[in-house]
Amino acid sequence: MTFSVHVEVRLRPGIADPQGSTIERSLPHLGFEGIEGVRVGKSIRFTIDAADEASARAEVDDLCGRFLTNPVIEDAVVHLEAIEVAPT
Amino acid sequence: MTTRVGVVLFPGSNCEMDVIEAVRSLGGDAEILWHGDATLNGVDAVVVPGGFAHGDYLRPGAIARFSPVMAAVGEFAAGGGPVVGICNGFQVLTEAGLLPGALQKNRGLKFLCAPAALRVESTDSVLTSAATVGQVLRVPVNHFEGNYTCSPETLAELQTEERVVLRYVDNPNGSVDDIAGVCSPARNVVGLMPHPERAISDLLGSADGLPLLRSMLDSAAVRA
Repeated sequence: MTFSVHVEVRLRPGIADPQGSTIERSLPHLGFEGIEGVRVGKSIRFTIDAADEASARAEVDDLCGRFLTNPVIEDAVVHLEAIEVAPT
Repeated sequence: MTTRVGVVLFPGSNCEMDVIEAVRSLGGDAEILWHGDATLNGVDAVVVPGGFAHGDYLRPGAIARFSPVMAAVGEFAAGGGPVVGICNGFQVLTEAGLLPGALQKNRGLKFLCAPAALRVESTDSVLTSAATVGQVLRVPVNHFEGNYTCSPETLAELQTEERVVLRYVDNPNGSVDDIAGVCSPARNVVGLMPHPERAISDLLGSADGLPLLRSMLDSAAVRA
């Protein structure tokens, strides 16, 4: 099966986000009020072939832990969706 | 026998020649170690230099840590060999798990290129053995992602074991506890954001990098 994967890489709670706070500070100057908690992350998309959703998810989790995130400062939210079912 | 220092070259490294020049000026021998080769050619110390290894894509050091040479660097470090990561090299060593913590974007989001005053906090490491505790060294920083961060547990461990070897006198980038450089538990792997190889002569504005590089050569000479 093929799965479409969207990995959202986020700074872990409590880790300072200089980009997010700079964006947040600039908002009032642009006339945007009442916006708080700006955090900047990364969005990574790809497809993966796997036997089933559980094994696809296991492989993506491994990929996130060892490469796509730095676990010291980041975590990942994985969105996974089957886009094609192989003929049986 | 002349002490041999290997300087790792990734695509995007840009301080390797400065390190080689600095080592040679101190009477050591230095050679390039290509990132795609899984060997250190029997060198006595390894420097992972500054630059933008693999374009810093994804995160600084994230791709470089998978280069074949890094497995050899890991083995060398595990055997007690002196390994020094400077700037981007420090980022590579944290990504490779050879040093704790991570380097984030600078507080204030400014790329910093300026002299920085560093206080030597411990002389028990391969990069500080020839310095003295409390000595203040003027060494340039040149980075966007030099804001050292780690978990509170790791920080407590670094403090208790006196593994913060260099601190900024005037913290330029937001690093936790003013950390400019840390070492591994065995004290043979050191990472720092400032560039000692760019402070090797008064003609360059400072020669304060020399005690650090001399420390590394002393540690390497034991193995030569």
